[in-house]
Amino acid sequence: MINRNEIIETIQMIDAQNLDVRTITMALSLFDCIDADKKKCADKVYEKIVRRAGKLVETGEEIAAEYGVPIVNKRVSVTPISLIGASGGGYIELAKALDRAAKTTGIDFIGGYSALVQKDTAPYEQNFLETIDEAIAITEKVCCSVNVASTKSGMNLDAIDVMGRKLKELAVKTDSFGCGKVVVFANAVEDNPFMAGAFNGCGEGDAVINVGVSGPGVVKCALEKVKGADIATVAETVKKTAFKITRVGQLVAREAASRLGARFGIVDLSLAPTPKIGDSVAHILEEMGLESVGAAGTTACLAILNDAVKKGGVMASNSVGGLSGAFIPVSEDIGMINAVKRGALPIEKLEAMTAVCSVGLDMIAVPGSTPAEVLSAIIADECAIGVINNKTTAVRIIPAIGKEVGDTIDFGGLLGSAPVMSVSRFSPKAFISRGGHVPAPIHSNRN
Amino acid sequence: MKAIVTVLGSDKVGIIAAVTGELARLGVNIEDISQTLMQEHFVMIMMTDISASSFGIKEIGEKLKAVGEKIGVDVRVQHEDIFNSMHKI
Repeated sequence: MINRNEIIETIQMIDAQNLDVRTITMALSLFDCIDADKKKCADKVYEKIVRRAGKLVETGEEIAAEYGVPIVNKRVSVTPISLIGASGGGYIELAKALDRAAKTTGIDFIGGYSALVQKDTAPYEQNFLETIDEAIAITEKVCCSVNVASTKSGMNLDAIDVMGRKLKELAVKTDSFGCGKVVVFANAVEDNPFMAGAFNGCGEGDAVINVGVSGPGVVKCALEKVKGADIATVAETVKKTAFKITRVGQLVAREAASRLGARFGIVDLSLAPTPKIGDSVAHILEEMGLESVGAAGTTACLAILNDAVKKGGVMASNSVGGLSGAFIPVSEDIGMINAVKRGALPIEKLEAMTAVCSVGLDMIAVPGSTPAEVLSAIIADECAIGVINNKTTAVRIIPAIGKEVGDTIDFGGLLGSAPVMSVSRFSPKAFISRGGHVPAPIHSNRN
Repeated sequence: MKAIVTVLGSDKVGIIAAVTGELARLGVNIEDISQTLMQEHFVMIMMTDISASSFGIKEIGEKLKAVGEKIGVDVRVQHEDIFNSMHKI
């Protein structure tokens, strides 16, 4: 018999501390939809997504009701579209097909308008990159990711250059909002269920269920009970909490996979904040003993948190994957927003934090006048951190059109609002315009 | 299938009668029951078997939630595996 305290603890985690399954993401391979005729290709893509993911939303709702745990998003990720349209072209038609399929199935987002160009950009990938601003501007639910660097391959400076330009163009076309749906990666993971970066990697299989669980509020509440304890106790408390959260994810993932006739892929335990009170990663760091996130010691606290989350996760499930760790988006985390507003958290400190968190510079607004090459150079800096430290890093940065430092841009919903942050006024233009390929680091030669 | 029914709220007359009455109408068998007051909050936990019920766990949950709303308490029906997976290694 399960004891009473455990039952009450679970209910409190869900009710008062915002424990949720953030997403059930069905990852679909679209390789069998490739066609030299671009219209046929788009039709096949639409048909396959609707056929395989048609019951995803309904199944998610059933599982949520049965287990009494909220499942916030139901999403689909697909094989990088740059590959699916390689022979037929028609990338815009494919983007529209993804959007239509997302609307028909009722899912929240569809990811995979993606390219993997870490070493070089093939001609069809170049064509693809050029469509990103239009594709995201004319669709509602399509998310885009581009992997421009990896530890094994180095960095594709040409692609980084293109992405800076594309982000600017997209910001102009969509009054900045479209940039929340585009992420630039180094060391992208192929089984990530979180948006905007989810895509189905080439070796992942035909239909896979990847589940993302979240619960910053649960971790914060657990730490409130060990006030004043030494730091090892803090790490242990985070680890135990992460274990419990991950187990919920594993249960939901197995159940969803079995009901949808898909393979169970991974559980991604990521402390993914939302703008709600009690759902903040920044507040966990402050609970660890910082006056404000951004204070000296923030990077250390984040490293401890991220590591303990991963350790709890791997004990709870033998299929932990995705990004698993702590996300540090600015606009989606009330604690981060407040820290930026009070002047405690500049972009340089965030960059340092990305060396030890699970992803990177996320949902950061910069002045709309920021030149494209500065956006590219920020991406290059993040890539360098990822490539050299053998970790995933990402940039989801929003040039806030018509806004300057001190203004706020409001995205609404889960994306929250972001204070516009200042970036260096010195130019990296000559560096970015060199182009070419940055060689892989020495430690990539491990064979 | 085993389901855990939890009832949380402020104490008043007739909570157990209302909830167990509805469970009986739905054909749900109560296998274990515990009830206590925690800081003046009424807490009742029941282990139930819903195999013989002609309703699914989702419908049972909805009907009991409605009963709870009438008498001002929160009633949840959850598959036991959520608790097992979270607390048992």
